[in-house]
Amino acid sequence: MAAGTQPPPSHRTATGVRSPGRAAIAARHLRTDRWWLSPAATAAGLLAFVAYSTWRAFANADYYAAPYVSPFYSPCLAENCVPMRGGPNADLFGSWWGLSPALLILVFPLGFRLTCYYYRKAYYRGFWASPPACAVAEPHRAYTGETRFPLILQNVHRYFFYTAVPVAGILTYDTVLTFRDASYAWGHAGLGTLVFLVNIALIWAYTLSCHSCRHIVGGRLRHFSKHPVRYRLWTWVGRLNRHHMLLAWASLISVALCDLYVYLLATGAFDDPRFF
Amino acid sequence: MSTYQARFRIWRGDAGGGELTDYTVEVHDGEVVLDIVHRLQATQTPDLAVRWNCKAGKCGSCSAEVNGRPRLMCMTRMSVFDRDEVITVTPLRAFPIVRDLVTDVSFNYAKAREIPAFVPPAALGPGEYRMRQEDVDRSQEFRKCIECFLCQDTCHVVRDHEENKEAFAGPRFLMRIAELDMHPLDAADEAGLDRRRAAQEEHGLGYCNITKCCTEVCPESIRITDNALIPLKERVVDRKYDPLVWLGKTIRRRTS
Repeated sequence: MAAGTQPPPSHRTATGVRSPGRAAIAARHLRTDRWWLSPAATAAGLLAFVAYSTWRAFANADYYAAPYVSPFYSPCLAENCVPMRGGPNADLFGSWWGLSPALLILVFPLGFRLTCYYYRKAYYRGFWASPPACAVAEPHRAYTGETRFPLILQNVHRYFFYTAVPVAGILTYDTVLTFRDASYAWGHAGLGTLVFLVNIALIWAYTLSCHSCRHIVGGRLRHFSKHPVRYRLWTWVGRLNRHHMLLAWASLISVALCDLYVYLLATGAFDDPRFF
Repeated sequence: MSTYQARFRIWRGDAGGGELTDYTVEVHDGEVVLDIVHRLQATQTPDLAVRWNCKAGKCGSCSAEVNGRPRLMCMTRMSVFDRDEVITVTPLRAFPIVRDLVTDVSFNYAKAREIPAFVPPAALGPGEYRMRQEDVDRSQEFRKCIECFLCQDTCHVVRDHEENKEAFAGPRFLMRIAELDMHPLDAADEAGLDRRRAAQEEHGLGYCNITKCCTEVCPESIRITDNALIPLKERVVDRKYDPLVWLGKTIRRRTS
């Protein structure tokens, strides 16, 4: 060992990149790029959505402006829902439910996104710094990953996928209903129709690009050649799956914008521009 | 052809300790970091230890960390850096140091030996294997691996937690399990070898929190997380955590 060099770390305190036997470098990382930008932007984006959606979910108001219903409140499963003519009223919970009906249905898309393989990466990095970025040492003393409770529950993702499909189906129905005008006459469309169409396209693209979906349609097979239809489906989902992160963000933003659009109409902030 | 003087900081030392040492060295157009390290050896510091072989990104020998990012030195062009930037080169920080830029990567070979090999199908002899291309596409992507161990180095499960090395095989070898589990002729199941259960219980798949650093650093652009680790996690769910799959298999067994 040359004079003036850093000694190896002591066995009692060192861990990770400072473990005994590894190159004696004191710095947690030596990255010179803006590695913090991505987790910081991710955390900011997710926090913004959580804040907005929490406010809207608990508001229990301004979620219907005929013919548009906010995706946060569809389907509406309690008796305290605003009556929506031809809309997604499904009074499964009766009159005892006194809170916002959004809370009943948002559990499913929330669970779907919370256990999503992309969002897991996003919040493990952005909020939990595990790791904050590649080759940047994490601050935690111990790590067990998804081997034990509660994170082992991430394995339930496919069941949330199963619930996300009918929810997307109901939002599709809501989008069809937007081809009415405020007096429920069919054959009309406005700017809101366009907003809903973009949103539902992104919701479906995100849902079908899911890794669990990819596994279910064909990924679990060993012999693709014996299942040509499922192989074809698997390749289609695989193409979408390459853009899963992009679709996760695009659909998250679109669903918030869709709700905001309905909120602005319901509060009378502006009138829906009609195309025909 | 232009040349300039680049500033390098290279970690020099061994298991007894070491430090980042500054060098100023000539750089020519079109060169890569490994060329500069070789020039340093030739002109200034002949005792600088570095492992290298093909200089073409195919042998996986010259793995190191350049400005803190795990990379192959032979595939890191000098043109990606500003000319006045100080370029820091260190050994892989997840493995024990041997000397200078050379680390002891025997952890990876030990993990490789723990993965049960391909199980030949009983009914087929050598030369009788027939497979359709669509059945081997997935496994062939994983066979591009050059075993540079950059993914093992960057994976925070072992990089940041030495104590996990015993329980966790790392992305390269979990990918190997995925490759075998997707192999159309692997007869592990028939031989009583449950690769999925073993992936979770013996090789630590549950430690992976799919933060994709392995994919980010792979010089072969193998989509390790999306195509190997996540599909393997889903296969483990089939085997261990999904009651519907278990029920379906039980019913099929009873009716057949």
